[in-house]
Amino acid sequence: MSPLNIKQGSTSHSAYNLRPTFSDVQERHTLAVVVENEAGVLARVIGLFSGRGYNIESLTVAEVDHKGHRSRITVVTTGTPQVIEQIKAQLDRMVPVHEVHDLTVEGPAVERELALFKVAGTGNERIEALRLAEIFRANVVDSTLDSFIFEITGTSQKVDAFGDLMRPLGLKEIARTGIAALSRGA
Amino acid sequence: MTAETMTGAQMVVQALIDQGVDTVFGYPGGAVLPIYDEIFQQQKIKHILVRHEQGAAHAAEGYARATGKPGVVLVTSGPGATNAVTGITDALMDSIPMVVLTGQVPTFMIGSDAFQEADTVGITRPCTKMNWLVKDTDELANTIHEAFHIATHGRPGPVLVDIPKDVQFASGTYVPPQKARTEHYRPRVKGDIDRITELVAALETAERPIFYTGGGVINSGTAASQLLRELVDATGIPVTSTLMGLGAYPASGKHWVGMLGMHGLYEANWAMHDCDLMINIGARFDDRITGRIDAFSPGSRKAHIDIDPSSINKVVKTDFPIVGDVAHVLEDMLRIWKARGRKVNKPALETWWTQIEAWKAVRSLDFKNSETTIKPQHALQRLEALTRDHPKRYIATEVGQHQMWAAQYLGFDAPNRWLTSGGLGTMGYGFPASIGAQVAHPDALVINVAGEASWLMNMQEMGTAIQYDLPVKQFILNNERLGMVRQWQELLHGERYSHSWSEALPDFVKLAEAFGAKGILCKDPKDLDDAIMEMLRYDGPVIFDCLVEKHENCFPMIPSGKAHNEMLLGEAETQGVIDAKGSVLV
Repeated sequence: MSPLNIKQGSTSHSAYNLRPTFSDVQERHTLAVVVENEAGVLARVIGLFSGRGYNIESLTVAEVDHKGHRSRITVVTTGTPQVIEQIKAQLDRMVPVHEVHDLTVEGPAVERELALFKVAGTGNERIEALRLAEIFRANVVDSTLDSFIFEITGTSQKVDAFGDLMRPLGLKEIARTGIAALSRGA
Repeated sequence: MTAETMTGAQMVVQALIDQGVDTVFGYPGGAVLPIYDEIFQQQKIKHILVRHEQGAAHAAEGYARATGKPGVVLVTSGPGATNAVTGITDALMDSIPMVVLTGQVPTFMIGSDAFQEADTVGITRPCTKMNWLVKDTDELANTIHEAFHIATHGRPGPVLVDIPKDVQFASGTYVPPQKARTEHYRPRVKGDIDRITELVAALETAERPIFYTGGGVINSGTAASQLLRELVDATGIPVTSTLMGLGAYPASGKHWVGMLGMHGLYEANWAMHDCDLMINIGARFDDRITGRIDAFSPGSRKAHIDIDPSSINKVVKTDFPIVGDVAHVLEDMLRIWKARGRKVNKPALETWWTQIEAWKAVRSLDFKNSETTIKPQHALQRLEALTRDHPKRYIATEVGQHQMWAAQYLGFDAPNRWLTSGGLGTMGYGFPASIGAQVAHPDALVINVAGEASWLMNMQEMGTAIQYDLPVKQFILNNERLGMVRQWQELLHGERYSHSWSEALPDFVKLAEAFGAKGILCKDPKDLDDAIMEMLRYDGPVIFDCLVEKHENCFPMIPSGKAHNEMLLGEAETQGVIDAKGSVLV
């Protein structure tokens, strides 16, 4: 064991024990970052997270305004309240970043994820997979005699739960998009 | 102005002229030859040929600090760009406005591992405020103007424009600065008036207030320094400064309590620890300043004025956060304070000053002088005495003990006169920075206070000093050691001096002569004044090799992991003071 008694969470970005002890509670926040869609902008945002030791739980990005060249990055991150505030301030000061929204604190928000599951099997397992897919409102988007690809949309928890059920039924591959989120209301 | 067609290389030069650039620090190479060809054919911009691209970046920093204008660097692709990275990072850490133009292999060769190809925008993305790879000549002028705008607005910093060689050859439409894209980046400069008023109210009743000023005051411009002086002198509140902020309030000023921080003055650090209202103006609660964070000024309410919102609450929780440019906020503060009747808590302030005077009486900069060996502190005291009255004195430093001693023993009465690498702590910074300052102010006295180890890191720039007749004075405190490393090894690593000295130093006098400069060797305290005068009188670059005490430690010192009120004053107190937790810090 290290003789250096450095507090958990205080060393997330360096060897310094510099973080004031505002709160040690780790929070999970969903941020929506609207950026100029220019070369390297995603690398810039991701580099900020890796360079300063922030967490990325999920990241989704696509151009949402083709005329205005705006992309929306939805990033799910965890950290103490102070780290979350730092992340937002650091994002906001980047030149190509137009807006930063913390959907977790700005009121209720809808979070959805899309996933594709390839499940291979025959006989009862195949029938059970199809039955469970119906319960989860997953669509069959590809079918062979011994496999399905299911498409499921929902919260990350729902996608996780579906994956857990498919695993013993012949789950072969998963592709997930990460979270897309919007605040509720107008 | 009507649309004008020109080549990319012509655009670069035209854009620099339109931005008011008079000096570029650079080094040619294959990927910037078209730009150099244009530079050859004009007279408006002076190009300073450095001897290494790192030197170009630091010289541009020195120029920027000494003028307040952005420094401009022009280097080639690949190694040209990577060599500049240290200087760019240094500028980012110290918020120095700098525009770096790099050549790149032609667009159709990017990604093919071409000769002298490097992913310059990728490499410099984390060390610039913003960077661009320009693939279209029509975008080039616009991008360069945007680069200048971003480098100099908001929190200043380095920006980089990477220009492929085919873009330099191709023709396009020139965009003048007035038509360039800048409206998307307009950081807020005015502080929130309600918050400023709250701070003024707190200032009126505070019993033990202190101004803690930083490089942001200097960056904000000379008006900010003027306003700071007015506010400090009108309120009578003591003022301390970080390494970066020296000169914003004059060292000869009545309310000056000296630099704070790891090697700051006893009175400054104790005042920070014991104050009840700390007003941080353009500083960032750096770890060199705060020491142990949970014991940092425990009894005070803290105000933080900063143009960068991400600086606020980053390290220290702030009670009065004010986002804005220092000059704008100070102007509002002064106006509001005057309108409310110019109140301060006079009796409490008097008691506070009595306490500060008592701390001053400790005389934390006293050292044991010697008749036989030149003490580094003594050398700087003599340098100060003999140059203080020079109307245009600029001091650069390298990094290490000599840097801290220079900050302690030299006084600065004006902003932009002190050029030192604070955030990144770059050995090799000072010599090229002194060149940049001298280029900006040809008639000034520019001295680089150096250690021999740092100085050797960019000694090739002697060629630049000679070529351009730059009479920079290289004042080397030569202890034949990496002094600060040695000091830490003594305090932390059982006096095991692992690789902290050089057994093969050059003869600095001969070295100076080899370059065509003057060398002066001084090793006897009795000769020091005459030798310094000889250096000052010589019209040209001088290497002053001042052989000093080899084992001197730099005090006062807040040991790693300790609080302001645990600072050490001298050798006798150093045994076993840094525990395991402190030793992991740097």
